[in-house]
Formats: sequence, C-alpha cells, structure tokens
Amino acid sequence: MTNYKVDVLLVEDNPDDAELTIRHLKKNNMANNLFHVKDGEEALEFLFATGRYAEQPEIVRRPRIVLLDIQMPKVNGIEVLQKIKSDPQTKDIPVVMLTSSNEDPDIQKCYALGANSYIVKPVNFDSFAESIKGLGFYWLLLNQLPSDKT
Amino acid sequence: MLFANLPIQKKLLRIVFLINAIVLFLAGIAFFLYEVHVFRTSTQEKLSTIGKIIASNSTAALAFDSPGDAKEILSALKTEPHIVAACLYDKNGKLFSNYLSDDTLQVLPAEPGSPGYHFSAGHVEGFEQVKQESVSLGTLYLKSDMGAIYDRLKIYAGVFLLVFFVSFLLAFLLVKILLKSISLPIMALAETARAISDKKDYSVRSVKMGADELGALTDTFNQMLDEIQQQDSHLKQFNLNLENMVRARTLQLESVNKELESFSYSVSHDLRAPLRAIVGFTSILEDEYNDKLDDEGKRITSVIRKNTVKMGRLIDDLLAFSRMSRQDNKKSTIDMQAMVDEVKASLVIPGNNEKIRWSIGELPPVNANPNMIKQVWENLIGNSIKYSGKKEQPCIEIGSFAKKDHIVFFVKDNGAGFDVRYSDKLFKVFQRLHTPEEFEGTGVGLALVDKIISREGGSVWAESELGKGACFYFSLPQA
Repeated sequence: MTNYKVDVLLVEDNPDDAELTIRHLKKNNMANNLFHVKDGEEALEFLFATGRYAEQPEIVRRPRIVLLDIQMPKVNGIEVLQKIKSDPQTKDIPVVMLTSSNEDPDIQKCYALGANSYIVKPVNFDSFAESIKGLGFYWLLLNQLPSDKT
Repeated sequence: MLFANLPIQKKLLRIVFLINAIVLFLAGIAFFLYEVHVFRTSTQEKLSTIGKIIASNSTAALAFDSPGDAKEILSALKTEPHIVAACLYDKNGKLFSNYLSDDTLQVLPAEPGSPGYHFSAGHVEGFEQVKQESVSLGTLYLKSDMGAIYDRLKIYAGVFLLVFFVSFLLAFLLVKILLKSISLPIMALAETARAISDKKDYSVRSVKMGADELGALTDTFNQMLDEIQQQDSHLKQFNLNLENMVRARTLQLESVNKELESFSYSVSHDLRAPLRAIVGFTSILEDEYNDKLDDEGKRITSVIRKNTVKMGRLIDDLLAFSRMSRQDNKKSTIDMQAMVDEVKASLVIPGNNEKIRWSIGELPPVNANPNMIKQVWENLIGNSIKYSGKKEQPCIEIGSFAKKDHIVFFVKDNGAGFDVRYSDKLFKVFQRLHTPEEFEGTGVGLALVDKIISREGGSVWAESELGKGACFYFSLPQA
C-alpha cells in the first residue's frame, strides 16, 4: 500500500525495460514519485482502487502522467488506455504509450483512443523530455515545485 | 418475302397450291386434248353418216337429172346447223346442185375430189360417192364448221375453272386442318426451346405428339435436354466445389497471413525486448562502471553494444522486407524529379557527406506506388553515398533513358564498386559483397529494391568495376 503522492505511473511488464526506464528517469531526478505496476490488470486496480489497491486514497491514485506499455499479458496497454479515457474520473490523466517500434500499427489505434504521446523504448531521458514537454508538463521533469513535495 | 423465310404453314400451303395447280392443269390439258380428238372423230363419223344418207337419197335426183329434187334433199341439211355447205356433182364432175347454210363466202370446190373426209382450217370437209348398185352417179360434197366443238370446249373450260377453284378451296381447308398435326409439334418444340433459353431451366421437356419424324425429333430433343441438364448440374456441382475450395483456400491463406502478421509482430516486439535489455545494461556498464573496466573490458562492451544495435537493425530491415509483400500496391503518378530531390536532401548529412558532386539528369514521371519507389531511391542513393564515401571526390550521377516500353533509371557512383563475378548475389537477402569492416549494412536493401521493382513490373540490374564505381539500373513501365 502506497501512501505517497504518485507523479508518474509506469505500467511495464518487462522487468528489464522497467529497470532501464526507472534508471533513466532517476538519473534525471524524475523518478522520486514514480510508481511501477507490472501489468494492465494491476494498473487498472491502482487507478480505480480495486483489488490489491482497494484501500487506495484518491490523492494517490491520481498520477500526473501514465507511462503505458502497449504489449502486456492479461490486460494490454490498449485496453488500459481505453478504460482510462472512457472513465470521466481518469480521462484527463495524460497517457504516454511505450512501444517497441516506430512503425507499430498500434500507435495509430492508441492516438484514436486518446493517447497523448508515445515513446519508443528504450526510454531515454531525451525522448521522455520531448514527450512531456509537448504535454505542458515540463516542470515534472524537474520535480521541484514545493507544493508537490510532501 | 423469301420462300425460305416463310412460316411453315404458308410454305406448305404454297406447295400444296402449286402441286394442285400443276396436277389440275396437266389433267385439264389431257382431258381437253382427248376431248378434241374424240370430238373430231365423232364429227367426222357424223359427217360421213350424214353424207351416206344424203348420197343414198340423192341417187334418184341424179339418176333422173332433177336438180330441183337434189336441192330439196340438200336443204334438209338445215337441221344440221354446223353443216355450212354441201353440193352435188354429176358423174361428169359438173356441179349439179348446192346448199349453203347462209350466204357467206363458202367456196365450193370446182370439181369433186377423192372420197373421204379431212380437216382443214377450222372445217371438216369431204366427198362421198353417190352410187346405185356400184354404179357411180355423182359425188356429194359436205363441209361442216367446228362450232360444236367450240361450244363444248367452252363448257369444259367453265367446268374446269369451277373444279379448279373448288379444289383449291378444298386444298386450303385440308391443309389448314392437316397442317396442325405437323405444325403443333414443331411449335411445341420451338416453345420449349425458347422457354429453356429464356429461363435456363433445363428440366423442361417437350411433349411428344406422335411417332412420326417429328416425334423422333422431340425424343432426340428431350434426350439432348437430359444430357444438357446432366452436364449443367455437373458444371454447377463442379463450380460449387471450386467455390468451396477457393473459399477454404482463402480462409487458409487469411489465417496464414494472420499468423505471419502476428509472427512479425512478435518478432518486432519480443525479439527486440532482450536486445533492448542488452543495449541498455551494456550502456549502464559503459557509463557507470567505466572506471572499473580496463581497456579490454571497454572494447568488449563496445563490441557487445555494436552487435546488438546491428541485430536491431537487421530485425527492422527484415520486418520491412516481409511487410512489403503484404502491402497494397496503390499506384499513382510519381514526379521522380521531386522524389529524388527529396530523398537526396534527406540523406545528405551536413558535415558528413556534403562534398559529393551530384549530377541529376532528367527523370520522367512514372505510374507506381510512391512509398515503394521512394524506398528504392533511398536504398540506391543511400548505397551510392555509402560506397563512395571513402573517395577523395565522391560523384553520384542519377539519370534515365527509354528502353522499349520501359523507362530505365540509374544511380551511378565512383565508389568501391563490386566484383561482377558475384553480381548474382547482389539482390539476394542477407547476401553482401563487402565485409562490415569495409562498409556497414545488413544485406536487405538491394533485395528490397529487387522485390519492389519486380512487383511494379520492372527489373533491376547493375554494372560495376571493382574500385572504380558501380551503376544500378531499374526499369519501370512507361506511364
């Protein structure tokens, strides 16, 4: 059970990819308030306070941004994205898709479903910065705002 | 209307009329001739009889030389209207007495001829000896016209005409009635044939109306229909089988295609994930543990990283190659000049390959898939840039020329070139003529070019002299 404020929710099933992503973000001081869930099912439980996260306080399950892998077992990224964007509680949360290839045909599908951006793995700082800059979340990169520090 | 185009009923009617007319005509002529002959014979006989009577009556008048009596006897001929002239000659041949039915110009012979009757110019005339107990007393002359025969022939002609018309009427009615037995089966056959050709229903059969030739025709027709129906059903069955087969094959192909797609998907995603980890963690090793690695360790990590990157590129190229064959081939008119300029601009990297001397000739537009052709230009121009990169003054020449109904485009450079002995390996996947130490590459680019151009209906070939440069050609159908 988490009880701190979550800025970035990383949804990634591959532990190596997750480690590399977190490492990159940490290196740039952006992973302080990062929470990592292992698949789509867990992501939905986290966001909608069900199952393992039933006791989740609302403030915690409202991340400022979701990094969502497309290809995952059980519930894949596209389904998670669909749920996020169709629920009035969560539809305003920016979602950045993580994909293996630039030419992934799923990218178009994700944009159609309301994804805000995408990053090709491995996630490096530059591409992440580029993605969230476009969303007007540049301050998140620095994670410096006093009000966010609790 | 031509006889051949007449309806059967009219045809038969005409035939019957014609036969009827000919038969009646011939019968009429025969009858007529016979009648004339009979009449002539009877007229002759009659005249001869009259002649004999008059002659025997006239013996006294001639014997006693009494012309008055003779005249009286001859005037009895008035009862025979057809006897137009008669006269008696005495034994010396001198005219003794005469009779003329009217005062017409009847020329009497000047002296008696030999006994007997004969026809002459519409008359029958002749002489009869007047004898008493074999002593010739004189000669009788009789002349009869043919009025009687004409009267009779007129009646015959009338009867003939009447028979003619009645027989025609009868023939007409009989044909009308009897023809039904012929025309009905024919019409039934025609009706059946029409129904079949209209509705394509081969189960229809014609009804047989008799055992004559038309009945046989109907039987044959129905047999033919049996056969056609059988063949038709065979054909339909065959078609159905074929359709089912095509459907099954299509489903099979679709599932294979889906499998292939999911295979490429898993290649692109699942094969890449471990590579990402290798590259990522090797980079961490290089970045964060740099001070703990000696030179050999650093070299080894760089080799690992380079190979992993290369593996990634191979996966990408292979994917592009396999995806190409599944793409729709949508053609449009391509401005080759603009495309080459665009590709060239995208490949020239400032500070790296700016010193290339370009010479671009005239490039006519073609009708092909723009994405595919762009890929071709990218690969060929990219190759030229790559292989001429080590030259003092790299030169790349791009141009075109017409060859039969194709346009040939070429990209020529003064780079490393290749050994023409191995030119058959140029366009095969993963076949390379240079080592990675000499030039980077995966061996997919030219294979892709070959595949694209053959799909567009053209061909690819190359010329080279090792160390002096290469020229790659591709042809496309003229727009």
